[in-house]
Amino acid sequence: MSEKTGKARRGGLGQLLIPLIAIGLLIIFNLIRDPGFFSIETKLNNTGNTVLAGNLISIINGASELAILAMGMTLVTAACGGQDISVGAAAAIAGSVFVRIIRGAAPVTGGTVALAFLACCAVAMLFGAFNGMLVAVFRIQPMIATLILYTCGRSIAYWINGGATPTIDSAITSAIGSFIPGVPIPTPVIIVAIMALLFSLVFRFTTLELFTQSVGINQSAARLNGISPTLIKLLSFIILGICVSVAGSIGVCRLGLINHETLLIDIEMDTILAVAIGGNSLGGGKFRISGSILGAYVIQMLTITLYAMKVPSTDVKAYKAIVIVLLVVIGSPVVKRWFSGLVNRFHAGRAAAVKEVG
Amino acid sequence: MKTRREPLTDTQLLMTITICIFIAMYALAMIFLGGGFLRAQQIFDLLNDNAPLIIVACGLTVVMIGGGIDISVGGVTSLVVMSCVLYLNADGNLFVSMLLALGIGLAFGAVHGLLVSYLEIQPFIVTLAGMFFARGMTTILSVNPQKLTHEGLNAIRSIKLEIPWLGYVAKNGNLIPGRIELGVLIALLCVIVIFLVLKYLRLGRNFYALGGNQQSALMLGINVKKTRFMTYLISGLLSGIAGFVFMMHTGAGNATNAAGAEMNAIASSIIGGTLLSGGVGNVIGTFFGTLTLTTIKKIVVTSGLKDPWWQSITTGAMLLFFIVLQSIVLSRRGKSRAKG
Amino acid sequence: MPNETVLTMRGICKQFPGVRALHNVDFSLRKGEIHALMGENGAGKSTLIKVLTGVYGKDAGSIHLDGVEGEANIHSPQDAQNIGIATVYQEITLCPNLTVAENMYIGRGASFLVRRKEYEKKAGQILENLGIPARPRQQLASCSLAVQQMVAIARAVDMQCKVLILDEPTSSLDDKEVQMLFSLMRDLKARGVGIIFVTHFLEQVYEVCDRITVLRNGELVGAYRIEELPQVQLVAKMMGKDLDELNSMNAFERWNRTDGPVVYEARQLSSSESRPFDFQIHRGEVNGFTGLLGSGRSESVRAIFGADHVTGGQVKVDGKPVRITRPIEAMKHGIGYLPEDRKRDGIIADLSVRENIILALQVMKGFFRPLSRAEAEKFADEYIQALNIKTASKDTPIGSLSGGNQQKVILARWLLTHPDYLILDEPTRGIDVGTKLEIQKLVLKLAEDNVSITFISSEIEEMLRTCSRLIVMRDRNIVGELTGDDLTQTRVMQTIAGGEAS
Repeated sequence: MSEKTGKARRGGLGQLLIPLIAIGLLIIFNLIRDPGFFSIETKLNNTGNTVLAGNLISIINGASELAILAMGMTLVTAACGGQDISVGAAAAIAGSVFVRIIRGAAPVTGGTVALAFLACCAVAMLFGAFNGMLVAVFRIQPMIATLILYTCGRSIAYWINGGATPTIDSAITSAIGSFIPGVPIPTPVIIVAIMALLFSLVFRFTTLELFTQSVGINQSAARLNGISPTLIKLLSFIILGICVSVAGSIGVCRLGLINHETLLIDIEMDTILAVAIGGNSLGGGKFRISGSILGAYVIQMLTITLYAMKVPSTDVKAYKAIVIVLLVVIGSPVVKRWFSGLVNRFHAGRAAAVKEVG
Repeated sequence: MKTRREPLTDTQLLMTITICIFIAMYALAMIFLGGGFLRAQQIFDLLNDNAPLIIVACGLTVVMIGGGIDISVGGVTSLVVMSCVLYLNADGNLFVSMLLALGIGLAFGAVHGLLVSYLEIQPFIVTLAGMFFARGMTTILSVNPQKLTHEGLNAIRSIKLEIPWLGYVAKNGNLIPGRIELGVLIALLCVIVIFLVLKYLRLGRNFYALGGNQQSALMLGINVKKTRFMTYLISGLLSGIAGFVFMMHTGAGNATNAAGAEMNAIASSIIGGTLLSGGVGNVIGTFFGTLTLTTIKKIVVTSGLKDPWWQSITTGAMLLFFIVLQSIVLSRRGKSRAKG
Repeated sequence: MPNETVLTMRGICKQFPGVRALHNVDFSLRKGEIHALMGENGAGKSTLIKVLTGVYGKDAGSIHLDGVEGEANIHSPQDAQNIGIATVYQEITLCPNLTVAENMYIGRGASFLVRRKEYEKKAGQILENLGIPARPRQQLASCSLAVQQMVAIARAVDMQCKVLILDEPTSSLDDKEVQMLFSLMRDLKARGVGIIFVTHFLEQVYEVCDRITVLRNGELVGAYRIEELPQVQLVAKMMGKDLDELNSMNAFERWNRTDGPVVYEARQLSSSESRPFDFQIHRGEVNGFTGLLGSGRSESVRAIFGADHVTGGQVKVDGKPVRITRPIEAMKHGIGYLPEDRKRDGIIADLSVRENIILALQVMKGFFRPLSRAEAEKFADEYIQALNIKTASKDTPIGSLSGGNQQKVILARWLLTHPDYLILDEPTRGIDVGTKLEIQKLVLKLAEDNVSITFISSEIEEMLRTCSRLIVMRDRNIVGELTGDDLTQTRVMQTIAGGEAS
């Protein structure tokens, strides 16, 4: 009995072990370095709201776009066995559409913002469907298929913006990018929570999870059981499109402007990294969205820690790379096998010892 | 027994398509745009500017044939450029700087190969980390652009191969000979060497076997781990060479050197007929892939669409064209095989 | 000379997490003998072979090979090849993107360069000698699967090996090709090569082998000369129980029911893989498609299920015209299909037994109506018990089950949808005798419960035991239909071979 529950627990946590260990180590490291690192305080921001502040808040807040993209990316990875490298470019397009519609409206009301979001969502889903078409119908590997949008996406954004970096100046959008008056938690964090909730509801009330995993593990068998791999793959890209539009809108609202060249730049790499650190196989199949979200926070915590250590922002990448390599080495199949072999030998040794005593 | 002509293999078919399209495209440019495209120097310029890209694309092709991916090539190139410039500016030895370039490349290749092959970590993540590390190290070395001041190398840089009969007559009546930089010769040498390795060396054929079916390769008695390790090592080495050639071309180190080279290299390989799934591809194809990619950009600029976004849009459109074309060609082939 | 031992394995042990795959197994092979390695699924045959070829490391024991000083150190397939052990696996282990000649010579020898011309010449000669219809410079992917398998054998033949291992090489070959392979084996035997032959076909064992080693549950049962061990006893040794059950099977009364209404009817149905054919099945009827591999039997049933691209024909289910072009439409009309290739088309390896069982039902219920966890667990428990599926738990990934149990899970998946018409394509391939019997019994029980069943098997006796009507195919066409007294092995053979078909 005890053995069974032990196994079940290991199965339940297994995948999340590495990101959790990483977060734990980063927390301990920071606490040793600066015991007050994670202290949270309330302060008044420039619009006169009482809000939460501190390194922990800025980590969780800063990782919002990454976490949202990682959720969608997990699904694409699971269904297609490959990754979308165009999310950054697609987010720039989505953000441009968002800004353009908001600038078109004379008074910016809640309605216009909603309309702008819906429009940018539709556009992002359209581009998602384009990528999905190439992958699902033409059977092109995701990375190659999305290389197209990666190459020209930001140019499309440039065209939408008319070659400028237009700004938006509205209370509503800045509330989306920072704080809603009266709510001390940063809005992007709330949006991440909503997205996570939405995903869990979708998994609860549809068979998306089972179908996606089936397609990712054995496409041919899935098809013979009546699942349409084409539809599932397409769907995963369209869902990623929704995530892209949310992340793009948050990014735009945060800055109050759209710069097609810098908005969420290089985020595709971090997103894929988040998925991998979360213990999901980049080859597709079984997945856990929670792992990817944790992965996103690991990456952001690492970045903030490095900033706090006064590492120049241009150099952060080098140190990040070292930590990533350490993480993936610990999580690598070879090290895992070696470790489980060690555990087995230990158990066997103990069993033998018990026998001898008995 | 007379040897019968076999139908083209997948590799040959895709490569032929690319070469034909490149020639057709260039011919159209000559007819409709004329001007520069009628001069041999146009091709020489393309080669002069893109020799490093050709070299890294060759390395990437090898990795992709083996069924892997290496997205660190641009980062490593840029790190090599910066390291060599700084070393040479500090009165370094020219020969040692070459060793430095090769050493950095090999070191990255070896670490990637080790992690991917022997620790079985996903290549995308490993080489992504490699790219981060190389880019980060570049800025740690110097955030500011560094101009190369080493006289010896600057002297070598200015050496250009002049071919009078491929020159053209300028407006003032002077004959301007065709000029090729040394880097281009290095690039061509790399293409030829890798081509020979892939075609005539056991190791090269093992790359194809590995990419074709890893499990089979193992059962056929190939040392899969070592073979895969070698693909990354070659790619690293070529990134090192590319870095040195890049430095010879630009004569400066800059943190943004070779930005986006990895994606350009991947695009070149794909256009040249290399499949990311492995086992299919050829560096000759990649060479023409690089030329196709860079020619289309030149055509866009020459047509008067100076806005930079036109270039990336056309590049994207061309990628779409090639990718879809290849997908259709290969799937039709599969179908006709199943029937036959 | 015939008594000289070429290979000795002693006390081989191999442990996998949670499973003792081999325990203290001895095996010896003489020069110039064909030695059958027999056992049910999970008996340890594959493991023993993989230890011998260096795919797995052994935990204990020793391997000695003639001509190798001391203990043979085999740590990789490469080592095995170098000391003269060649292997042909059941799944084709060649590279589809290389040419035939390259596949025959890659990974061999130590030369630095590829001597393409020489290889192609040598390969051409060998292919011609063996009568294999492939050209050296042809890309392997453009050969049929059977030819690819023959190329793998040609590669092994050319290696001048001392030990040749054939791990179920015949499962994708037709009778003619099998005979070709056998003559090849006899030829090699005369040259003094020791051959280890693994197969599920008992007749083949008695046709070519000299000795038999039987394994059961990872342990050695014994090694016998072929004359010492009649077929019945061999089966008994493999199963480790006596043969009452086997005998009782032969005494089955043939199920014969064609009086019910027609459940499914197809006219001129064709798909991208099959030629137009007519077919109908009655309620509670068990029929079969038979014919050699490649005769179109699997392709025809795939067309019924909409598994391939359907190109024409009219289909009626319960007398009403319907359109079935995709699996989901077939499922909605009460048709289930257990595919021929379990690994490729059946199991979702990383998913649990529970998820694999409910998959088809879940798909039929629809995207927006997921089964609750409790319901899924209930169904899983029910069928694990009903079909006696041996699994650690219902959350175990199906990939870690033995072949027979995987097959039962796939059966459970379709039974759970309560189909009116169930197509079973090779449900008993590559699984042990005990499970085979269970599945045959289950088929008859389902028929009693008014389920119509189409049953396909490579083993004609099995079909004769279960089916009341056999549809015989040759060269992708239906060439005959046998019922009643015509259901005899000779009659079936005649029809397949194209004698005076009725």
